[in-house]
Amino acid sequence: MARILMKGNEAIGEAAIRAGGIYYFAYPITPQSEVGEYLSRRLPEVGGVFVQAESEVAVGNMLFGAAASGKRVFTSSSSPGISLMQEAISYMAGAQLPVVLINIMRGGPGLGGILPAQSDYFQSTRGGGHGDYRVLVLAPATVQEAVDLTMLAFHLAEKYRNPVLIAGDGMIGQMMEPVEFPDQFEEPPLPPKDWATVGARDRAPLITKSLFLDPVALEKNSIILHEKYLKMKADEIRFEPYKVSPKNRAIIVSYGTMARICQTVIDELEANGTSIGLLRPISLFPFPERAIHDAAVAPNIELVLTVEMSMGQMVEDVEKAVLGKKPVHFYGRTGGIVPSPEEVRDCLLKLLDGGKAK
Amino acid sequence: MSEVTAQATTITFSRPESFSDAVTHYCPGCTHGIIHRLVAEAIDELGIRGRTVGIAPVGCSVLIYNYFRTDFLESPHGRAPALATGLKRVSPELIIFTYQGDGDLASIGMSEIVHAANRGEKFTTIFVNNAIYGMTGGQMAPTTMPGQVTATSPYGRNVEEAGWPIRMCELLSSLRTPAYIERVAVHTPQNIVRAKRAIKTAFQNQVDGLCFSLIEVLSTCPTNWGLTPCEATQWVQTNMSPYYPLGVFKKPEPRLEV
Repeated sequence: MARILMKGNEAIGEAAIRAGGIYYFAYPITPQSEVGEYLSRRLPEVGGVFVQAESEVAVGNMLFGAAASGKRVFTSSSSPGISLMQEAISYMAGAQLPVVLINIMRGGPGLGGILPAQSDYFQSTRGGGHGDYRVLVLAPATVQEAVDLTMLAFHLAEKYRNPVLIAGDGMIGQMMEPVEFPDQFEEPPLPPKDWATVGARDRAPLITKSLFLDPVALEKNSIILHEKYLKMKADEIRFEPYKVSPKNRAIIVSYGTMARICQTVIDELEANGTSIGLLRPISLFPFPERAIHDAAVAPNIELVLTVEMSMGQMVEDVEKAVLGKKPVHFYGRTGGIVPSPEEVRDCLLKLLDGGKAK
Repeated sequence: MSEVTAQATTITFSRPESFSDAVTHYCPGCTHGIIHRLVAEAIDELGIRGRTVGIAPVGCSVLIYNYFRTDFLESPHGRAPALATGLKRVSPELIIFTYQGDGDLASIGMSEIVHAANRGEKFTTIFVNNAIYGMTGGQMAPTTMPGQVTATSPYGRNVEEAGWPIRMCELLSSLRTPAYIERVAVHTPQNIVRAKRAIKTAFQNQVDGLCFSLIEVLSTCPTNWGLTPCEATQWVQTNMSPYYPLGVFKKPEPRLEV
């Protein structure tokens, strides 16, 4: 298929359809409302379902009911809306249901603002709701990657029977870029959906639940979930190195839109003779700890700089990865302010040379 | 003699196929068991067991899935109508029912039930009203009667502070969309027969492709009311029935063009 110019939000909606995600439940919220607007037109054309719910609380639970059918269901929202879905996400993780959640993040806490941010990192990667659980978290840096990861998310959700979250930001949702959709979504075979509650016609009744009143049974369920998360950590780590080389004096760790701005900084500094590498996590859970560690401990590396559109959340995972072997610094803005390349460059040079470029 | 034998072996009453053989956890004198059975009988008589999925609530009937031989989902508190909406929209061939208590449906889940009803979702809700929170130990519910003593209204429900009990059938029947809303009770054999008829009609509506149906059932809670089972049935008659009148509040109407 030819490359076409699309807004991130609309491209995500189209990507979901191409991956078979034609059952969509949502409530409008800025800066991602175009996903729902686009799908309200497209889904009737492909025999899909679009329900505009009364609240994000209801959306989360509509997903719960719909996902139990074994069909590919999803929603999109932005930070405060995702917060309202946390109840259902916890239940779906407990009941092991596949669902795809798109979070086009905006500034917070509370109602915050409507401009881009990455301040839902803790919520995304630590579970967000109550109980012992994790969700797979994928962070696109371009509109094309938002397309690719949205499609992948449906596969991973079914593969692990687990919620998968796309952690985009308002910039990804609102920007327009050329994108290409595969003619057909190719994916490895998945196990049969013998867990789907679609009526006990010719088998014993199935119960989809997260309630285990017997503490031994509940612990057993949590251990099953934990083993699944360990498998994700073994098999689903994704990251992209950019200009990582033995000449690097520093490594930047950054994701999503912010990583692209850091690439601009790296290109500019390279032209001036300063070699910096970027390690861009694509999966925020599982986190590419080993890759960051290995890049950070290289002999010439003087420091690691984590750059985020938050007050510093992923930096804790970076510190954990580096294990104190190199200094880890943080630079970030939030509230909808996207750090400029100049800000990041100046921060980096100050750390390296007291403000003077080499 | 052979005729007598034949009569003696004719089965006139047995456990519904849709019922499991588990022993329920309900308190003596609680009418959840009767209501469960009426639902199971309706499912059997309509021949829909194999394509029925129940949505369990949080509350006394949280373990309802142990007592039925149909698929079940366990819902978060109050959200059963949202789960039912999701499942029915993606699998319209299924017969879906929620089974909810008064705390679940009229308090924490008020938004979900109102909007599901107003959208005309094609599922069936069995709403069990016993005027109290049962499972958490007898606290005040939105349906608790004026003056009724509960664990959190020790001086009796004060309507000046807590408002008057919410009448869900009246509230939901003010909406144009829902197909069928009826309030029944199960404190006498006569009422049980009427309740059965209403529950079966609500499921029949779904089989026929009609939109949302809700049956409210006045139920008992001897344990938390502090009454004997017999006194509890009388309490339904004297205290609840006058405020929660039985009857049909909404019937299916011909589809109106917008």
